[in-house]
Amino acid sequence: MSLTVLTACIYAESELEMKFEKDLLGLKNLNEEQILYVIDTARKMKMLIDSPNKKSPQLQGKTIITLFYENSTRTRMSFELATKYMSGNAANISASGSSVAKGETLIDTGKTLDMMGTDIIVMRHPCSGAADLLAKNVRASVINAGDGMNEHPTQALLDFYTILEHKGHIRDLKIAIVGDIKHSRVARSNVYGLTRLGAKVFLCAPKTLIPPDMEKTGAIITTNLKEALDGAEVVMGLRIQKERQNSGLLSSVREYHKFFGLNEQSLKMADKDAYIMHPGPVNRGVELASNVMDGPLSLINEQVKNGVAIRMALLYILTRRSI
Amino acid sequence: MRLLIKNGTLINAEGLTEMKRDILIADEMIMQIKENITDEYDMMIDATGCHVLPGLIDAHCHLREPGFEYKEDIESGTLSALHGGFTSIACMPNTNPVIDNEALINYIYDRSKQINRTKVYPIAAVSINQEGKMLTEMGFLKLAGAIAFSDDGKPVESSSFMKKALLYADTFDGLIISHCEDKSLCEDGVMNEGYMSTVLGLSGIPKVAEELMVYRDVRLAEYTGTKIHIAHISTRESVDIIRQAKNRGVKVTAETCPHYFTLTEESCDHFNTLAKVNPPLRTSDDVIAIIEGLKDGTIDIIATDHAPHHNDEKNVEFSYASNGLIGFETAFCLSYTYLVKPGHLTMSQLVSLMSFKPARILSLDAGEINEGKQADLTIVDVNERKTIDITKFKSKSSNSPYHGFEVYGEIKNVIIDGKVVL
Ligand SMILES: [Zn+2]
Repeated sequence: MSLTVLTACIYAESELEMKFEKDLLGLKNLNEEQILYVIDTARKMKMLIDSPNKKSPQLQGKTIITLFYENSTRTRMSFELATKYMSGNAANISASGSSVAKGETLIDTGKTLDMMGTDIIVMRHPCSGAADLLAKNVRASVINAGDGMNEHPTQALLDFYTILEHKGHIRDLKIAIVGDIKHSRVARSNVYGLTRLGAKVFLCAPKTLIPPDMEKTGAIITTNLKEALDGAEVVMGLRIQKERQNSGLLSSVREYHKFFGLNEQSLKMADKDAYIMHPGPVNRGVELASNVMDGPLSLINEQVKNGVAIRMALLYILTRRSI
Repeated sequence: MRLLIKNGTLINAEGLTEMKRDILIADEMIMQIKENITDEYDMMIDATGCHVLPGLIDAHCHLREPGFEYKEDIESGTLSALHGGFTSIACMPNTNPVIDNEALINYIYDRSKQINRTKVYPIAAVSINQEGKMLTEMGFLKLAGAIAFSDDGKPVESSSFMKKALLYADTFDGLIISHCEDKSLCEDGVMNEGYMSTVLGLSGIPKVAEELMVYRDVRLAEYTGTKIHIAHISTRESVDIIRQAKNRGVKVTAETCPHYFTLTEESCDHFNTLAKVNPPLRTSDDVIAIIEGLKDGTIDIIATDHAPHHNDEKNVEFSYASNGLIGFETAFCLSYTYLVKPGHLTMSQLVSLMSFKPARILSLDAGEINEGKQADLTIVDVNERKTIDITKFKSKSSNSPYHGFEVYGEIKNVIIDGKVVL
């Protein structure tokens, strides 16, 4: 498809038939139609990423600021490239070296960005609820790029997109998520979205890394890796932070890998065509063995690419709704 | 000066209660209680349709002076208390500096006498600077007027220190008020641990962190044969532990606050920092148990834990927000609306919880309407429905999760030492 055709087909629906809120804060409040609409839009965006001339005009005249209170090269880069591919103005603020580090409140920072004419603020923050707080206090749209242990909706959406691309459907799929569920915003956003889309979600971790009453979200909780992996068609690993050893949540990385590690051996319990996913960055040899990560069923690189497409879709949708 | 209160329904915790009586006050004292008093008077309050209660007494509040006057001070705090119907309040010592010496006890008394409104009784710290290391001079402090001892806000962690504090305080017939919280179990928790904390991605404070300390302190009091008062209990198991201890004859008394029988952890949804308080709001099952504890007398008193904070300390990320909510101006109407109106308690029982028992626990000669007693009275009208409006609060702060709540219970008049101050 040529770029003009592509631009035309995206433009054809500049009147969004789907209603979206001002902000994308999490998947808790996104319904199935909205999720599928974002993914559908991302599909079109991906064509642009694949084309030799990665430039379309949809974000012309729009300013997207990434405001990151935590380091993350990949998510930030993904949003910045998404902005630039669509001709938007990208700027970034990180916590170190800005007024943020000098103790300015989140609301004050947000209002300042508002006054400078920002259309979308993409924020990552160590506190759960920070994106909600910002969204309530600014005119600009807010995209939550990860808040504390609460949500990381764009990651989950790119995960769904990747699963759909490879499995064709999500309903009734058995999906196992293995790793530090308790501290993971990725796990939470995935659970909210995947259960809504009809998947059977198994969560597996040592009991110290599972938050209380998690089963009320509709996911199935187990400490038995075999139960989680048995017949699973998609297996998602989550990052195990080595600091968890110091707080008494884990005894050793070695022991973790023995009982919960995803490797050739343990993955024999899963469906033979089970896809392997991970939000990255991966601790090779801890939650995921290197040969599995680099193996033919690994979708990890595909996730990264789809991440840009999903973010392009969201930037497009949220700037369009203000027209 | 003779003040006559006519046609009110008099409420006491014990004895003469729920009867229409006129009350004649001469100077500071209640002179006569009977039907249809026709004596001469200088001033008359028509209390037709209203209830006349012994002045409300709050055994647990934070006035923030000295050190945090931007949140509240004794001036604004007593005004807020007065508008909530309180004639006496006991303030916690977690100020800056901490109230751990006689000079500061005297300061609180001097300031409150100057302002001359709701009576203020300072609670002194258990340990110097609330550090849990050295005991305060409880003997001197008690002589200076410290009404009790507490490290509220920075609870005593060491069991051995708590044991010594109980014994030492008892030497001077002093009362220890314990904020029960096992800090190591709370870690970085900011709300009740459970389904809500899981879906909000917030670190939880488990109920057991409170319950372990309630049990520890109750057992220490039992073991040492001393008395203890447990502050702001919030869970079913805490109520059970205290109920069992009382059955064994332990000299334990306990308090809860209106937010523990009117709200649940659900109030924290959407990261509502106004519902962030310590102990945290629990579940509906706990609310039921707290109400049962109030009904059967396991819980002796309702305190406000009035904890003012500046807007800037609440209008931030949930994890960064300060703990606490203001309570003076909502305590009575919430307690009436949630306890008496649905029939859980009688008006007399509510008076016991909010006036009679707090007076007994703090050894104040107050909390009853009888001839010859000091005339501290609160007149309330429970017929009018009203909407709580935090913008109308007299407190310097407005950190209350109750804005917009529909309640019953308007404070009509407050009489302190025979003078109509509201
Ligand atoms: Zn306390």
